[in-house]
Amino acid sequence: MSRRVFVARDAGAIAVGADRVAAAIRDAAERAALDVEIVRTGSRGLYWLEPMVEVETQNGRVAYGPIRPEDVCGLFACGFLDGGRHLRALGPTDSIPWLKRQTRLTFARCGVTDPLSLDDYRTHHGYEGLARALTLQPQEIVEEVARSGLRGRGGAGFPTGIKWRTAAEAKGDTKYIVCNADEGDSGTFADRMLMEGDPFLLIEGMTIAGLATGATKGVIYCRSEYPHAIATMNAAIATARAANLLGTRIADSNRDFDIEMRVGAGSYVCGEETALLESLEGKRGQVRAKPPLPAHAGLFAKPTVVNNVLTFAAAAWVLAEGAEAYKALGYGRSRGTMPIQLAGNLKHPGLFEAPFGMTLRELIDDVGGGTASGRPVRAVQAGGPLGAYFPHALFDMPYDYEAYTANDGLIGHGGLVVFDDTVDMAHQARFAMEFCALESCGKCTPCRIGSIRGVEVVDRIVAGIDREANAELLKELCETLKFGSLCALGGFTPYPVMSAINHFPEDFGLAREMAEV
Amino acid sequence: MAHRTEWNADEARAVIATHEDGGLLVVLNALNERFGYLHKDAVGFAAKALNLSRAEVHGVASFYHDFRERPPGRHVLKLCGAEACQSMGGNAIASHATRELGIEFGETTADEAVTLERVYCLGLCACAPAALLDGVPVGRLDGNAVSALIAEARK
Repeated sequence: MSRRVFVARDAGAIAVGADRVAAAIRDAAERAALDVEIVRTGSRGLYWLEPMVEVETQNGRVAYGPIRPEDVCGLFACGFLDGGRHLRALGPTDSIPWLKRQTRLTFARCGVTDPLSLDDYRTHHGYEGLARALTLQPQEIVEEVARSGLRGRGGAGFPTGIKWRTAAEAKGDTKYIVCNADEGDSGTFADRMLMEGDPFLLIEGMTIAGLATGATKGVIYCRSEYPHAIATMNAAIATARAANLLGTRIADSNRDFDIEMRVGAGSYVCGEETALLESLEGKRGQVRAKPPLPAHAGLFAKPTVVNNVLTFAAAAWVLAEGAEAYKALGYGRSRGTMPIQLAGNLKHPGLFEAPFGMTLRELIDDVGGGTASGRPVRAVQAGGPLGAYFPHALFDMPYDYEAYTANDGLIGHGGLVVFDDTVDMAHQARFAMEFCALESCGKCTPCRIGSIRGVEVVDRIVAGIDREANAELLKELCETLKFGSLCALGGFTPYPVMSAINHFPEDFGLAREMAEV
Repeated sequence: MAHRTEWNADEARAVIATHEDGGLLVVLNALNERFGYLHKDAVGFAAKALNLSRAEVHGVASFYHDFRERPPGRHVLKLCGAEACQSMGGNAIASHATRELGIEFGETTADEAVTLERVYCLGLCACAPAALLDGVPVGRLDGNAVSALIAEARK
């Protein structure tokens, strides 16, 4: 009987040599005339252990990692196909504490199954959400999602049920379901992992949204920086069509729904939903003023639901397992789980899905294992390039939309980027302004020009020119950006800038009292 | 090495014809991918096929970072400059690459072997610092690894 070995095909795993490891295993098995089947899965998200190799044994799957191509001979020598002992043995995969501590709903299959095998997907409870949705009235689907408390995972945290209800009630011969897969925030990679590791889940979630709102066309807008995700999604869409799960009269029902893949062209602001719609229409990715809401007049002025990859994925879980099960998890008004992405200078970076409510102290010092460099943690940027830098003093606040907002920060798309004590926070503040200037769509003057002035003001503060007066000017400029910009790019760039200056004034040559005025 | 072809007006028109149903962004992406850049004539061709003004097409072509005005080198090295990579020494890696190649970001080496580009996030933040060499992801970079990538590209 053939032995099954699992190696990730995720871009993050490939980046550290997974393809070479898989090839080495294949070669070694051939040389030893062993019947080995190599299954390329998504990543389990334990990136410091990638490339991770798993083997199916009589006692379940066991893991080894990180494995270099030159380690493969040794793996065979120690009998890893039977779970043999090895320096890099990690034991049964499910018992690895980092995985065991998680509550994997959205990422239940990622790293476990062959992402392009529809059989694998179905065996692991895939398409149960769609099967149930097909027995419900559109309104009942919307209410199920609303009851679950699910909020948009792209960053804004808007209640998904309300968005779907608005689009469902909007009048229109054509409606669209648009998936925002323009995951541009630094420190985030959950969308990429999901599209590469469990693409049918996104397809299922979007299809359910189509049934709920009466939309028959879906579009996934994926950033061009994700070539592997694009290839996997395209292959999965083709498979779903061939199996009659996309197209006309899907799954033998009387409903139609199909999905098209679209690729961006390197613009960060296209992750903002209205800029994304403009881009899909073939225009410059310039932000639109709201109203009208996309749910009333979105893509080509038709009623459109725009949700993030993780939102659609969570909605599929909600339909399969029920709103109450989802709602039972979480903290305050942040219900369910969040796939938290631990990134940057961490010993154990990766994807950690957990109910809302964990503290940064648990996530960074405990789960993340502290810094990779071994130096003290100085700052954590939560929520991408528009998110605040938090100091150690704020590490006890719960992971919750409202708590983060109360501390002038944001959960965003769930990324946490850790910096050690060598970081220069004035440099980070300058970078935030520089990034805003580079990516501004140009629509709002405070964002377009204010960001360039912001870089100059930070430079003057650092150079010691009228420090206090310029610090005051920077604050005023940030207020202007915050209240004078249509979208989050100009509106939230003040978060990293002001948090850097408020929490780390010494890096700007400012006294602590001055900064807190 | 990436699969690109030399600029050729007939082929450009054929690429546009195949992709025009998808709209302007799809057309420009296809042209940029096929030829590695948007030739100065590409704007006019796309405008004509899609019944748009040249100004509209130029506006879109100049908005997106992916679209190049000049042909790139035989290999394209995209280094991530975003925060997660910065936290792991990405800025030092960037200086190392520009020094070793003798060019700045956005430029191509004189032997046309390598074009160096900046990207902001490749989604490889848990194995930072990261890069894409001709679309192939590379993570946990240090100075030596960057030198090896450059040597490989120059072969």
